[in-house]
Amino acid sequence: MKLSKFASLLAIALVLSVATSACRKKVGMVTPLPGSMTKNPSDIGPGKGLGETGLSDTNLSNTPFGLESPDKYANYTKDAEIFKQDTIYFAFDSSVVRPAEKSKAAKVADYLKGNASNALEVDGHCDERGTEEYNRALGERRALAVREELVRLGVDASRVVTKTFGKDMPADTGHNEAAWAKNRRGEFILLTPPK
Amino acid sequence: MNRKALIGLFSLLLAVFTTPAQQEIIISGVIDPGNTKPIWVSVNGLTGEAAQVLQFDLYVQGFGFTNAEGAQYLISGSNNGNLQARAADRFNKNTLVAKAYSGASLRRQVHAFADDFVKALHGVGVAQTKIAFKGETGPRSGEIFIADFDGHNPQPVTQDNTIVAAPCWVPHRLALYYTSYKLNNPDIFYHDLSSGARKTFARYGGANISPAVSPDGSKIAMILSKDGWTDLYVQNADGSGLKRLTKSPQDESSPCWSPDGKWICFASKDRERRALRKVSVNGGEAQIIQTGGAPSPTEPDWSPDGQWIAFTVQYRDSFQICVVPAKGGTAKPLVEGEDPSWAPNSRTLVYGRRQGGRYTLALLDMPTKQVKDVSRISGSNSQSQPSWAK
Repeated sequence: MKLSKFASLLAIALVLSVATSACRKKVGMVTPLPGSMTKNPSDIGPGKGLGETGLSDTNLSNTPFGLESPDKYANYTKDAEIFKQDTIYFAFDSSVVRPAEKSKAAKVADYLKGNASNALEVDGHCDERGTEEYNRALGERRALAVREELVRLGVDASRVVTKTFGKDMPADTGHNEAAWAKNRRGEFILLTPPK
Repeated sequence: MNRKALIGLFSLLLAVFTTPAQQEIIISGVIDPGNTKPIWVSVNGLTGEAAQVLQFDLYVQGFGFTNAEGAQYLISGSNNGNLQARAADRFNKNTLVAKAYSGASLRRQVHAFADDFVKALHGVGVAQTKIAFKGETGPRSGEIFIADFDGHNPQPVTQDNTIVAAPCWVPHRLALYYTSYKLNNPDIFYHDLSSGARKTFARYGGANISPAVSPDGSKIAMILSKDGWTDLYVQNADGSGLKRLTKSPQDESSPCWSPDGKWICFASKDRERRALRKVSVNGGEAQIIQTGGAPSPTEPDWSPDGQWIAFTVQYRDSFQICVVPAKGGTAKPLVEGEDPSWAPNSRTLVYGRRQGGRYTLALLDMPTKQVKDVSRISGSNSQSQPSWAK
């Protein structure tokens, strides 16, 4: 066991020799995190400098139901009140526009047909029960389903854009079926061009 | 004295004294998810914060604590000011780590020792890694946060006061992709954390959500609705080469990558069947990954070693974190929770735990099913959608 005593001595020597460098050691296979990460939050920068550098999708949409760029109606005025009573509600985990809801879509379609300069945003929402990203996709499918109903009723697809909020913007913050039923919805936002 | 020479000599001695394969089981061998026994260690001499941090770090990497008589590994040390600590194998008496630490904080010194100890056992230490997550900061708004893996030192990296979602680390880089509604649409941003510089990565019509970065950082998988359906797409990091990988009016969500960069796994519903599927990054038919016993899987994440896929099983009113072998098989439910993200060690997961309408983050050691909550994040009342830096 002489050798193991030697090992102990070496270990003590090692303690002294690495005293100042141990903390800088990097761990294999892990993203190295330089010192700047431990500074104050402001040192990382607020993420400013975000320009309107959205990518153009003009060459990429290849179906009649493709969506316009978000920039197309960016300067339009939004009116969330005019169709407040016409919000379309969905069954649990469903993006099917039910027959009982279709008269609301018809009313909105009629308005759009009579007001050619307006466009429409359909906001898709979910109740809180699904997982977050699943709900974000489900909210989009709800908005797309409402849009398809409008197109079926004769509205030009290019006039209707969609936006999903997943479960981030509940109409009712309760945690029961009554609240959830109000949250599974598609809302109509009228878009009016600048004068 | 020459430090490198000393370490070399010391390593040589360790090699001589280490009995091959004696219970060095931390990473290798067959893991039975949720049923693997912890590796027993005893901790002596450390007090207060140092003892707490060390126990936390090791617990979520599969270690359990007992007295010196019952332990396989003996850890001793002191933390008067700086940390000095030593770890030894009780059976063959080998010293695994013997170091004094200085600089940074005591917390960081303990994390460094925990990593040295795990590394000495041929594991990948994760105690000095970071996580990113979505933190709600007010009604209907939130910011992207980063923090130490245990929730300490949280800092918002956005100040947009808008809805954000699904941050994803770029492997081996200080950079994130995430969804932000800052420009009045769910767009995907790229954010360099060193400089704070950002750019819009995807701003097509409709939803631009759920970014997932390939292991080499060169491609981003995501869910877009620009063509009228929510489908899976992949695009080069420079913004070129957009490619559509699915064409279905039904659900596609939450893509993730195989560690070899060849496959993208995602949650889907097709022909009325919910399943995890994988599709080649070059396109083609998607293949089902069987998740026996878990009928509605969502939010997959592929372990860095390629062995496992962790995911959320969505029941009508509750959620379980499950794992399944990456080639498919029987799903193993582990704990209640959502949206798991693997640590670089392919055994620890960070996930969201729902309490009422809010989330907190927790850590799960997959083999032992040991769980710890990460610390409370000040300035945010709900944290979710974690991504572990790799």
